[in-house]
Amino acid sequence: MADTLLTTRRPERSGSPIDAAKFGIVEKPLSGWENVWNQTWLRKLLILIGLALIWEIYGRVTNNQLILPPFSDTIVAFFASIADGELPVRVWASIKILSLGYAMGVVLAGVLTTLAITTRFGNDLLETLTSMFNPLPAIALLPLALLWFGLKPMSLAIVLIHSVLWPVALNTHSGFVAVSTTLRMVGRNYGLRGIGYVALILIPAAFPSILAGLKIGWAFAWRTLIAAELVFGVTTGGGGLGWFIVQNKNVLNIPYVFAGLFTVILIGLFVENVIFRTIEQRTIRRWGMAS
Amino acid sequence: MATTAADLSDLGLTKPLLSVSGVTLQYKTRDHQVTATYRVGFEVYPSERYVILGPSGCGKSTLLKAVGGYITPTEGTIRLGGAIVRQPGADRMMVFQEFDQLMPWKTVKQNVKFPLISSGTLRGDAAEERALAYIEKVNLTKFADNYPHTLSGGMKQRVAIARAMAMEPAILLMDEPFAALDALTRRKMQDELLELWDETRFTMIFVTHSIVEALRVGSRILLLSPHPGQVKAELNSIERDAPDREEAIRTLESRIHEMLFADKVEAEGAHG
Repeated sequence: MADTLLTTRRPERSGSPIDAAKFGIVEKPLSGWENVWNQTWLRKLLILIGLALIWEIYGRVTNNQLILPPFSDTIVAFFASIADGELPVRVWASIKILSLGYAMGVVLAGVLTTLAITTRFGNDLLETLTSMFNPLPAIALLPLALLWFGLKPMSLAIVLIHSVLWPVALNTHSGFVAVSTTLRMVGRNYGLRGIGYVALILIPAAFPSILAGLKIGWAFAWRTLIAAELVFGVTTGGGGLGWFIVQNKNVLNIPYVFAGLFTVILIGLFVENVIFRTIEQRTIRRWGMAS
Repeated sequence: MATTAADLSDLGLTKPLLSVSGVTLQYKTRDHQVTATYRVGFEVYPSERYVILGPSGCGKSTLLKAVGGYITPTEGTIRLGGAIVRQPGADRMMVFQEFDQLMPWKTVKQNVKFPLISSGTLRGDAAEERALAYIEKVNLTKFADNYPHTLSGGMKQRVAIARAMAMEPAILLMDEPFAALDALTRRKMQDELLELWDETRFTMIFVTHSIVEALRVGSRILLLSPHPGQVKAELNSIERDAPDREEAIRTLESRIHEMLFADKVEAEGAHG
């Protein structure tokens, strides 16, 4: 009854859709300002310029070179120490030891997680080790490392390995565990096992977590290295960027201290926003795997 | 259409390709041992489109995974061409229901090429050629260089089918490949699958819980009863060029429906 009312009340109708090619893409263009304001880098650049301005003004008002030299002095010091070759040498020393420790940490993490995914003993081993060592700040190992290996780069490398190994291993392992059952079955369907299975199925499938682990590992390693050099550099005399900071503070060359800090930030930003961003864009973003 | 002995041997229908006999499958959950199927036996002949049909809980997917070599039967044997199935292998390519069976880090073409290369079947140009040929068969040539996340669900399943078929396996195992698709796409995919069969006459086992899909896609249908899965019946489907096909399909559909429904009434009666 009710249906009759509904179905007879209004007449049927038919439209005549025209080919989409005839009217092209219908879209509303953004205004020039909207386009400009949509550029993330531009908005961030504005924030940076604002901060530099505040720093400059505050530095000039307080006018105390020992507490806060203005931004312009810091920049001058920065370029001066690049020109006289000291800063590049220090940066290079830091980067060299960092890459060594980072690479060794990542390789060890790879070995540990491969073991953990293929054997039950390996799994227990990884879980026990990570829960033991992950909460231990890497810098706390420095005194021991200095005792065991002396004032050698090896001591720094040990501390760096410690700071990279656990976060990378933890993330990689949880990434491996989260690989979908379907994808695992697909891999086994092709007769893949052992290393081939890990390399061709698990690593790419878990790549979002692995990349997250690599980023965390990098952040830990970089902070740890600078902190370690503040201690380590004093005793050996020839060190990296951390030592550059301490040394200039000791001679009250404060603009150079700020230039050192500035370099630490610049390198951090470069690795995070250029290197890791590029890797991300070429891998997980392209594959539609980014969360 | 009268079939002669010559026709049968033409299709290779003289001896079974796959024989499953007395297979009981069990798996453990956290606190139970579940029997998925109990003493199931069936045979699949070359070029058959063999459908395993049953309600959820009849162990049909588990049975297919056992044929795939992922599960070892508690009793009974599964033989493919005489050899006992013990582990997964590229001679039994699987197509799954889930869209994430494609590797998101590989393009359509790379996905289709991957098993060819990793199993050592083909290399270099030969693998490329074979992959492109099967991508064309599923009408995805334009999308060969796309990554899976840019494709629709139906297209992803077509890639999975192309990938499995490119290996030219002894038998194709399809685990509800169209279940996650919308009704219109599903219908279209069924027709495309039959077109592919007309071209290459591959052997497949197709698992589904839809009676309509079973009748449309299959040539022979194994009906399983639930909890645990046991053989209820094995029926022939309606030939695609049969006169009054629609009518015959409707009759068979209601016959199957009754068989499954009778079970339910009994079960409900037993509970009450």
